[in-house]
Amino acid sequence: MPKVTYIAHTGESQTIDVPAGYSVMEGAVRNGVDGIVAECGGACMCATCHVFVDEAFLAKLPPIGEEQEEMLNATAVARRPNSRLSCQIPAIAALDGLIVRMPERQT
Amino acid sequence: MSAGVVIIGGGQAGAEAASALRAQGYEKPILLIGDENQAPYQRPPLSKAYLMGTLDAERLPLRAESLYDKQHIELLLGQTVVDIAAPLQRIRLRSGSVLPYEHLILATGARNRLLQIKGSERALYLRTLPDADTIRERLASATSVAVIGGGFIGLEIAAAARKLGKQVCVIEAAPRLMARAVSPLLSDFFRDAHEKEGVEILLATGIEEIEDAAIRFTDGSRRAAEVVLAGIGVVPNVELARAAGLAVGNGIAVDEFLITSDPNIFAIGDCAEFPCVFANARAGGRVRLESVQNAVDQAKCVARGIEGTPEPYRDPPWFWTDQYNYRFQMAGLSNGHDETIVRGDAASGKFTAFYFKDKRFIAADSVNRFADHIAARKILGSGTKLTPEQAGDEAFDLKRV
Ligand SMILES: Cc1cc2nc3c(=O)[nH]c(=O)nc-3n(C[C@H](O)[C@H](O)[C@H](O)COP(=O)(O)OP(=O)(O)OC[C@H]3O[C@@H](n4cnc5c(N)ncnc54)[C@H](O)[C@@H]3O)c2cc1C
Ligand code: FES
Repeated sequence: MPKVTYIAHTGESQTIDVPAGYSVMEGAVRNGVDGIVAECGGACMCATCHVFVDEAFLAKLPPIGEEQEEMLNATAVARRPNSRLSCQIPAIAALDGLIVRMPERQT
Repeated sequence: MSAGVVIIGGGQAGAEAASALRAQGYEKPILLIGDENQAPYQRPPLSKAYLMGTLDAERLPLRAESLYDKQHIELLLGQTVVDIAAPLQRIRLRSGSVLPYEHLILATGARNRLLQIKGSERALYLRTLPDADTIRERLASATSVAVIGGGFIGLEIAAAARKLGKQVCVIEAAPRLMARAVSPLLSDFFRDAHEKEGVEILLATGIEEIEDAAIRFTDGSRRAAEVVLAGIGVVPNVELARAAGLAVGNGIAVDEFLITSDPNIFAIGDCAEFPCVFANARAGGRVRLESVQNAVDQAKCVARGIEGTPEPYRDPPWFWTDQYNYRFQMAGLSNGHDETIVRGDAASGKFTAFYFKDKRFIAADSVNRFADHIAARKILGSGTKLTPEQAGDEAFDLKRV
């Protein structure tokens, strides 16, 4: 299972084994990681699963789809170049060790 | 030791209330009782990705089971609460066990309204995971499907069945689709969308009988229907509350803090009728909403009420539905509007309808216009002013309001 490390805006960090194929959002929500809200349950409809992806992994991410692109412009904390919606990042072997940082607010 | 919180109903609202209490730092026992056999799971995919077979059942649960242990949330599944003794702060399970509570949260949800026509025992309904499994199984071997009820769930099922290659007919008694929740503009848009996909939409149509593999209408005509699905709305599960002597209207009646007529008992989610600042005041200003947003935000509000600083429930309502490639999001409640302003172009499949009442912005329906939807929610939530002129002017940046 790929490991994903979630770092809260306070600096607190949690590493979770996320079942392959699940999204990085699911890994957080199912395991009670605070800081990812995911109101829509991964339907790419809410922008409350916003994360900042560690630079080392940016190149390995799938390209940003049209829907994600539009929604990233509506996150509660302003978008940065490494912003992604965590429901759109699949936990795959190539992303093992992924580090994401969570914004201060999601809504 | 204190009896802590007992939550009746292991759906979206109940599960969220348990987590939100822990997130607030609540340390006393939490007991979550649900009569379904599954740990709390998401319902929205049941009429969408799960029905189409593109999402596995193991991804439906809202939380990993281990999380309940970790957060010291005791889950009692497959158990029904049959009685609340409010003066004694105790509940009783069907099994006979009697359990005490300090605070009780009613999150009993709603159940499907049943058809009352000839042959209605042939109809299938969708609310739970086992319901969805039955429907999937029946759809697999069918070629023709009739959906009774042109509301959100009916239309989502129709879209899913169509994507599975079925011949689909939607039958609605009202003269337009989703009439209870959306404006005629959106009803028409979705009627077109479904018809373009090859779904037959029959409006203002009465059914005489559900036959063995067909529907017979009041005018005598028929449509083939090997599978008949009904989505004609829900009824809130209020019986337990009523029997306990709690006030009940179109749902378990609560105040703005989501407290019932008993100060130790709260009600949240699909079962609760609450005073809503976004609702039509002329219609009494009280509503019962059926959405994930409402279930989740009310759960959080109650958690703050029990552990933290009580605040009235004021979150702007929002809802989404997914049909074909149309992502439809609603913010606010449009009932009672007297002016509609459209941004974008309905013909292009990307637009937002802004609703006003006495020039006051009350709601927005967006199709594939996510930024408008989020902006509308923010404007409603903050209570700032949006004029019809600003709404209609594409050059005006809604984020600036
Ligand atoms: C097919 C479908 C699709 C949907 N799609 C969307 C969507 O796209 N977007 C959206 O926002 N919303 C959607 N919804 C609505 C959303 O799922 C509900 O609003 C939400 O689930 C309400 O949560 P709840 O916890 O209040 O009620 P429920 O989820 O109904 O949970 C209540 C639970 O309490 C149990 N219970 C009741 N009485 C007792 C008792 N006495 N003892 C023990 N247990 C009891 C019930 O069996 C149930 O498990 C959809 C709903 C369905 C059914
Ligand atoms: S969970 Fe809603 S957009 Fe990711």
